[in-house]
Amino acid sequence: MGTIEFIISKYNYWIYVLLMMIGFYAMIAKRNLVKKIVGMNIFQTAIILFFVSTGSKKGASIPIIQNGHGDVVSHAVNAAQYVNPLPHVLMLTAIVVMVSTFGVALALIIMIYRKYGTLEEDEIFEMSEILRLRK
Amino acid sequence: MRFFALIVVLITGTLLLYATVDMPDWGDPYSPANTHVSPRYIEKTIEETATPNIVTSVLADYRGYDTLGETTVIFTAGVVCILLLRRFK
Amino acid sequence: MTIEFKDVIIQTICRLLTPPIQLYALYVIAHGHYSPGGGFQGGCILGASFILMVIAYDIGEVKRRMAEKMNTIFCSLGVIIYSGIGAICLILGANYLDYGILHKILPVNPVRARALGTLGIEIGVGIAVMAVMISIFLNIASGGEHEGALE
Repeated sequence: MGTIEFIISKYNYWIYVLLMMIGFYAMIAKRNLVKKIVGMNIFQTAIILFFVSTGSKKGASIPIIQNGHGDVVSHAVNAAQYVNPLPHVLMLTAIVVMVSTFGVALALIIMIYRKYGTLEEDEIFEMSEILRLRK
Repeated sequence: MRFFALIVVLITGTLLLYATVDMPDWGDPYSPANTHVSPRYIEKTIEETATPNIVTSVLADYRGYDTLGETTVIFTAGVVCILLLRRFK
Repeated sequence: MTIEFKDVIIQTICRLLTPPIQLYALYVIAHGHYSPGGGFQGGCILGASFILMVIAYDIGEVKRRMAEKMNTIFCSLGVIIYSGIGAICLILGANYLDYGILHKILPVNPVRARALGTLGIEIGVGIAVMAVMISIFLNIASGGEHEGALE
């Protein structure tokens, strides 16, 4: 296998790993909580893209049976003709869970902002120390 | 701190990039993910569920429990948003 | 600081555009068996039509059309429809969520009954997703106050 074929057959995984690294760095290095949440979303997007790309088949069509309006299909269904539907299903649920996670995280962030008046991590630590000592 | 985070991210990324060498090629019809469970769904969806859209039939019929739990998850998310934020006067 | 925002062109266009969007969402839900679509996607489009109304008008306008109590009821109604169809299958003597047994109460053969059961739970999922989208957006956009235009 030549170098060009190797790159062509694997470069999609490299793109997803790079995307995941961006999200992971934002999750652990950024101080702002909203930036952390956006990093988590980028991370999840990379994983969703990875799963969907595992289901692709070269020369295949979308996973809807052609001329299938009825109880019996008139022609034999060849599995190599349609892309793998299983990653699509799993990622459809994962996308909706991602949206729910994002909503709940934003609600929690609003609550944190109401209590501490800031979203920077170190300032929240200082504020919580002050609030603890004041008690 | 930033430097440490960058080191962690680079180590993780390098390990994952090293692992992609063993992954199946992009669009390979004979990869393990494409040959084990999904051909059964593709070939039987019409005669078992009369639904041409395989994604719908797998989502709602073959794997209905999954979607039930997932609907419960988004319901819980909506309820949590109301409980956390809603302020009645 | 809330800015009163009123623009006749934007409000009229959004008011005219909302019914086709909702009709398309119902089409996406009902035609999910034969084309790309389904409960999640259609529910998201339905929720987006209400969010468009919030952006063009204010929150009070949407709350007049879809009251908060109604919205919360819809949240749980979707899950109840889903698990209720599963429980009907259980009562009729099959496994939970095994829609083939629904041919005893529907005038179709078992294979068609599976498709109809799938349609039923897609409708439930669509209702739940729509209500949850509206609830999350209204609560986060207004900080829980549920009044006035967006800031």
